[in-house]
Amino acid sequence: MAGPGLRVRLFLLAGLLALCCAAYLSLGVRGDWGFILAFRGQKLAALLLVGFAVSWATVIFQTITGNRILTPSVMGFDALYLLLLTGLVWAIGARTYQGLPPQGMMVANVVWMCGASLLLFRVVLRAGEGDMMRLILTGVVLAVLFHSLTAYFRRVIDPNEYAVVQAASFARFSNVDTGLLAVATGFCLAAGAAVWRMRYRLDVLPLGPVLSTSLGEPPHKAQWQVLLLVSVLVSVSTALVGPVAFFGILVTSLTYLIIPSARHGDLLPAAALIASIILVGGQTVMERLLDLSTPLSVVVEFLGGLIFLFLLLRSLR
Amino acid sequence: MIEIENLSYQIAGHPILSDVSLRLEKGGLVALVGPNGAGKSTLLSLVARLVPLQSGSISIDGLQIGKTADDVLARQLAILPQDLSVASRLTVRDLVGFGRYPYHKGRPRAEDRDRVDAVIGQFELTAIADRQLENLSGGQRQRAFVAMAFAQDTEYLLLDEPLNNLDISASRALMTLLRDLVTAQGRTVVIVVHDINYAAAYADRIIALKQGVVVADGTPREIVNSALLREVFQTGAEVAVVGGRPVVLV
Repeated sequence: MAGPGLRVRLFLLAGLLALCCAAYLSLGVRGDWGFILAFRGQKLAALLLVGFAVSWATVIFQTITGNRILTPSVMGFDALYLLLLTGLVWAIGARTYQGLPPQGMMVANVVWMCGASLLLFRVVLRAGEGDMMRLILTGVVLAVLFHSLTAYFRRVIDPNEYAVVQAASFARFSNVDTGLLAVATGFCLAAGAAVWRMRYRLDVLPLGPVLSTSLGEPPHKAQWQVLLLVSVLVSVSTALVGPVAFFGILVTSLTYLIIPSARHGDLLPAAALIASIILVGGQTVMERLLDLSTPLSVVVEFLGGLIFLFLLLRSLR
Repeated sequence: MIEIENLSYQIAGHPILSDVSLRLEKGGLVALVGPNGAGKSTLLSLVARLVPLQSGSISIDGLQIGKTADDVLARQLAILPQDLSVASRLTVRDLVGFGRYPYHKGRPRAEDRDRVDAVIGQFELTAIADRQLENLSGGQRQRAFVAMAFAQDTEYLLLDEPLNNLDISASRALMTLLRDLVTAQGRTVVIVVHDINYAAAYADRIIALKQGVVVADGTPREIVNSALLREVFQTGAEVAVVGGRPVVLV
């Protein structure tokens, strides 16, 4: 292994993240520090949660599907969340929807999402087993289907009601929904603890279905649990900042590059740190230095999209 | 003992195995032979619980497949697949270490590390222990995977066509290694093999399958003859006896 050791790399990443957080909280503060720190602190917490949720969801999804190109968002997980949300507003009306407590709605959305994605992606993963191209195609087709259905619901609901959904439909790192922080933190902690307990089992799965069965970890068992956890994590990040298509692949590609280890005990913390550095560091630069002239989501999606294309073309060769 | 009773298996209405019953005693190297599509690999996959049973039953030392916990079976029986490519970047030591997983579930204790070191030494992998699998030759990689399965300390080891893609020197080295696992270590090895000469030279028992049915079962000297080749493989090759063992003249 060239360069600094694993521990050192993790500590460097943690240090870098601490620097980014400090810069985000303190740069350009004018006026009442107490108010500004509390205000920025909430947004910071939301960014950290999103970094955590997206990175862990992507790492464990890539482990069970045995590839490093697909991410939950490419396979249409966040499109499904938006479809469920839009469908709900269409069914019960925006006024009723807004009258309900947002935290309660988020819990309901997460439960919905888990059920729907288990049903759908179980079938898709089974059908595309071992066939990368079929898996990608099915995922892309599903994502398009979800987007079109969402667009259909948008047209049938009242434009004023649609405004409720609209805010949720685009990636927005500057305008985070901080009202949901407590519920989101709860979900992240629960899902995170479950993933962390699975980390050794996740190490066995890349050996392939035959060897992992031989070692007593048949892949179909873990697939259920991982899909459930991915659904929870994606719901959290989509509820907080909207759909992010290529952020996950940007994070995992960097993680595999920086961390020369196949152990999830190393990969998971590193991925969460890298994702948070990109979000907090990027947001600091965009908000404080560039005065929001370019949204961070555009930069992140552009870079992530390039990496996706690069990996896809390389795998086809 | 592996007991297979009235095992039948079909894919989309097409029978792959029809009412197969076999008893494989402890100890010994058993070779499954037969033409393509005879059901050898399916039989091995069913014993290794890679595919669910449809009808019939299989038990391993009294443990019923389908009713026994996965980690219990993982300490009884190991299988190596045909395709030995691994997605992640693992060293030989990492790979052999996975063999201890059924015992430590991810948290290796001192005794697991000692066992891994001992196996690496025993399989003469010490010099390449910290090299990554993707940088090894086919024979070295095969050896590392067998070392992993050996470190699993199971009574039974199944291998699906282990000689594919190996040259003659690597093939002979692997068969000698498996022979040694049986003779010196008292393990039971079951392999699916295409080249009947390798089966005749190294196996204690050969089981020939054709269209999902066992058509011959015995020691190489009992069953390898030109009648078997005609009946099972539909080819008219001669069989000579060289040094007391049958050799197919290809």
